[in-house]
Amino acid sequence: MTALASVSSTLPSRRDEDWRYSDIAAVERAWPVAAEVIDVAAGDHARRMIVQDAAIGSATIRQLAITLAAGARLDLHIINSGGAYGRVALDVTLHQGAHFELGGVIIARGEQVLEIITTVRHAGPGASSNQIVRCVAGGTATATYLGKVAVARAGQKTDAAQSFKALLLDRGATANAKPELEIFADDVKCAHGATVGELDKTALFYLESRGLPPATARALLTRAFLSDALASIADDAAREAAEAQVTALLEAAL
Amino acid sequence: MIIIDNLHASVDGKPILNGLSLTINAGEVHAIMGPNGAGKSTLSYVLAGRAGYEVTGGSVTFLGQDLLAMAPHERAAAGVFLGLQYPVEIPGVSNLMFLRTALNAQRHLRGEAEASGAEFMKLAKAAAEALGLPFEMMKRSVNQGFSGGEKKRNEMVQMAVLEPKLAVLDETDSGLDIDALRVVSDGINRMRSPDRATLLITHYQRLLDYVVPDFVHVLVAGRIVRTGGPELAQELERGGYVSMAA
Ligand SMILES: Nc1ncnc2c1ncn2[C@@H]1O[C@H](COP(=O)(O)OP(=O)(O)OP(=O)(O)O)[C@@H](O)[C@H]1O
Ligand SMILES: [Mg+2]
Repeated sequence: MTALASVSSTLPSRRDEDWRYSDIAAVERAWPVAAEVIDVAAGDHARRMIVQDAAIGSATIRQLAITLAAGARLDLHIINSGGAYGRVALDVTLHQGAHFELGGVIIARGEQVLEIITTVRHAGPGASSNQIVRCVAGGTATATYLGKVAVARAGQKTDAAQSFKALLLDRGATANAKPELEIFADDVKCAHGATVGELDKTALFYLESRGLPPATARALLTRAFLSDALASIADDAAREAAEAQVTALLEAAL
Repeated sequence: MIIIDNLHASVDGKPILNGLSLTINAGEVHAIMGPNGAGKSTLSYVLAGRAGYEVTGGSVTFLGQDLLAMAPHERAAAGVFLGLQYPVEIPGVSNLMFLRTALNAQRHLRGEAEASGAEFMKLAKAAAEALGLPFEMMKRSVNQGFSGGEKKRNEMVQMAVLEPKLAVLDETDSGLDIDALRVVSDGINRMRSPDRATLLITHYQRLLDYVVPDFVHVLVAGRIVRTGGPELAQELERGGYVSMAA
């Protein structure tokens, strides 16, 4: 564990790239924020689950400073669903041959503003990162994923992938995604994709025509959509627990 | 079982069904044939209650109830099953989970006891085996990566487990190889009983050799223009639809 001097006292504003979709009034309530530190030692494989399920109306900001030493691996999964404002921000540094796997789920409803913000720094050669974020937003909620990948000059043979998909359940809901690449090495593979859509009406009809009530059909399709982000949880019991948690949250949201 | 009376329906404001009448009694098998675009699939969707298929006139009475007043899932629970011409792929939802949820949702709505895990597995295994669908495929996502013929078999597996009163099968025979056609036909025939009925929508005489219908109807431009016995299908096979006036 290393201490980090990333406790900033200046309140962010919406002019800052990383905070452009944030609820600044709520940020103020949660500020200042101390970064939590995760260090994974060389060759180690760590797994973490972050569940942001703070009480209704609250404001939560979690900032994580993550360092993966050479050949280390971290599988991090996030379920971001609580509070009026909920932000999980990661600053990840990858050394040679390290791998960072992120599965992020956002379930936003009402007037919630929920964010997953990542900066992944490929500091050494041959490191890889794979980020899959799925979000559902209803009501007038805002769900945001800002993913920055920074490849240092030393980061040759970097392989970085980002995939973001959002489902909007209501007309007033918003999803924001912005990938950002900052690349100083020349032999690099960076892929990203983002889609925002609605539930497939044909699939809904198919399920209903077999007897599923509309709410059940919607929940089933939504859960299937979100499960992409949980598929990388290797342990069956842990994955099933995460899926059950998502199911319970959806039942409340739909 | 079902009385369709002077049914008019539009899609996107365009009239597709133009005064279609058809009565099917329990125990009967009816076949509908007709040229592409005549409105056969539209009829099946209207019966299943698909959004966007607007009924502009007429009535449909199913087992004494106003079918058109019911939501799609209520129609399913009441006993209507639609075998789709193009079954839908649903990534991330397993066939078994889907089917069990469907069966229990229907039972729940009918006020019946839900099937236990063991009871359901027995039903699903028997149905898959009877229709020659490897049980492994029941664990995969609904229809995802299934061949055309496998999708149709999967529709019939669902029908066998859900045991509907009225099965409307839209071109279930299209895309099937000769052996699969026999297996699927056997599946349809197994469902025949004095208290069930079947409406087959097909382009091919061959299906009707295996599942012999009581009546054959010709649908042209949104109306039934002729009704006869199995021999009508043979006549169509020889002469086509050109001789049928709309
Ligand atoms: N969503 C839609 N918008 C506009 N027209 C439609 C729509 N769906 C169907 N139609 C039209 O309705 C008519 C009837 O279509 P339908 O699918 O019922 O025909 P069908 O008899 O099943 O034909 P096939 O034998 O080719 O399956 C066609 O002219 C078709 O183009
Ligand atoms: Mg058709």
